[in-house]
Amino acid sequence: MRIGTVLRPALVLLLLALVLRPAWFTPVFAPFAPQGGPVIYDRVSLLSLSLSHLGLVAAASAAATLIAVTLAILVTRPAGAAFRPLSRTITNMGQTFPPVAVLALAVPALGFGAGPTLVALFLYGLLPIFENAIAALSTLPPATMEAARGIGLNRWQRLVRVELPLALPVILTGIRLSVVIALGTATIGSTVAARTLGEVIIAGLLTNNTAYVLQGGLIVGLFAVLIYDALVQLEVRLARRIGAQSS
Amino acid sequence: MIEIDRITKTYNGVRAVDSVTMTVETGTITVIVGTSGSGKTTLLRMINRLEEPSSGEVRINGESTLAVKPHILRRRIGYAIQGHGLFPHHTVARNIAAVPELLNWSADKIRARVDELLTLFSMEPATFRDRYPAALSGGQQQRVGVARALASRPDLLLMDEPFGALDPVIRTRAQEDLRRIQQQLGSTIMLVTHDMEEAMRLGDRVAVMDAGRLVQHGTPAEIITRPATDFVASMVGEVERPLRLLSLVPVSDLVEAGTAEGEALQVGASLRDALSACLWTGRSAVPVEQDGRRVGRVTFDAIRARARVHP
Repeated sequence: MRIGTVLRPALVLLLLALVLRPAWFTPVFAPFAPQGGPVIYDRVSLLSLSLSHLGLVAAASAAATLIAVTLAILVTRPAGAAFRPLSRTITNMGQTFPPVAVLALAVPALGFGAGPTLVALFLYGLLPIFENAIAALSTLPPATMEAARGIGLNRWQRLVRVELPLALPVILTGIRLSVVIALGTATIGSTVAARTLGEVIIAGLLTNNTAYVLQGGLIVGLFAVLIYDALVQLEVRLARRIGAQSS
Repeated sequence: MIEIDRITKTYNGVRAVDSVTMTVETGTITVIVGTSGSGKTTLLRMINRLEEPSSGEVRINGESTLAVKPHILRRRIGYAIQGHGLFPHHTVARNIAAVPELLNWSADKIRARVDELLTLFSMEPATFRDRYPAALSGGQQQRVGVARALASRPDLLLMDEPFGALDPVIRTRAQEDLRRIQQQLGSTIMLVTHDMEEAMRLGDRVAVMDAGRLVQHGTPAEIITRPATDFVASMVGEVERPLRLLSLVPVSDLVEAGTAEGEALQVGASLRDALSACLWTGRSAVPVEQDGRRVGRVTFDAIRARARVHP
């Protein structure tokens, strides 16, 4: 906790500086740049690339959350239990398919740009959220569920007032894993012309410029670490409200 | 008045509850007691339709429980269970307010009711209203569970082993609280337990279940003195019969003029307490006290005579 209070603002400042004032880092990255070559990526603003990158991840994760949680709710109802194995197989397939393959297959259908990347990130993000939501919804405290029924909540009220709030911290863990995977995976979207921070890394790889690779990698990495941390804080807060009850 | 009319529950051809008929008077506590698998919990859960009866029906004040949707019916029937089942993500106040909220009571009315119930259960509203269940002791959680069940002034309160998860000291206190609150509010309660001691202590009427059948339904004294079957006799426990009987009678029944040595008993104490006091201190009589004044004594001989007076 102590380290976090110092480290967290420091990392946020470092990230902001890398994105907004990349020129400051010229002396740091210079040793990695080729002789006489450019040190700092300046073809487009890193801010606009970052926003586009985060936007893609947010859109794909939101869609994956919506679908995965809805699916998990359906298959944890008595009427939907029969579809549980099938839905598991489908989401598992989404995970086993390498995102690169999804990109390659999606380009002919959706063309170059953000479309194929969104599809790949969406499919890749389903599984962790789906599995966590199922686990959370099927291990709710039995006495609480019995009481919820016994005092007269109908199915919808039980779902909205009791089941989802109690399952939220565990579902959020799934979303966190999914978002962090998507933040990294989105970089390869640049191979099909999606605007992401992968552009910087790929430019570096193409021109043998390690400075670009480091710059792009560092920014993506810092985003991942900080977003991961923020979501952990949120989970801890929610779980604390629900209390050490589950014991 | 609650009328249970030839109610039956069949699971895969086995009768878990077999044509049980009984009537529960308004304002009384009926304790359903039996071993595990006797069908007592199934019987209770059929009253608020957590289990649908295979045949037969239940009428509450003359109206069949089959006449309304189950979740609407349950809002009129309080329900408290072992392990309380509070909503961990809601404060104490919101937990208690759960049913009144479903019934669309006004916010003012709900707040007043929550405070009233917390006070009734000896929990200072200002201190406990905004706490989460995880911050309460086991006994407090259980009291909030019962308060939630009573919040909407239900026609009937069902309790399934409500004190099962409490340690013995807190359990005795919870039983006394329930008795006091029931008398204060005039509630009608049906409570399931496997503990005959609890049944005797709480029940105006005791119903004994065995293998899905109601084998005896009567006052605690009847159950002790005239067990209908060997099973009932074994539930009461032959050795403990006289002591259980004495525990039902207050010392005020046998108090007589005269004095005795030693520490006094309150008039509300049972003859079992008096007997225990006699044996423990080697006295042949114990003084009886009311409101701090000695009003007479109870003698060992009188207790012994009383324990033998039964048909």
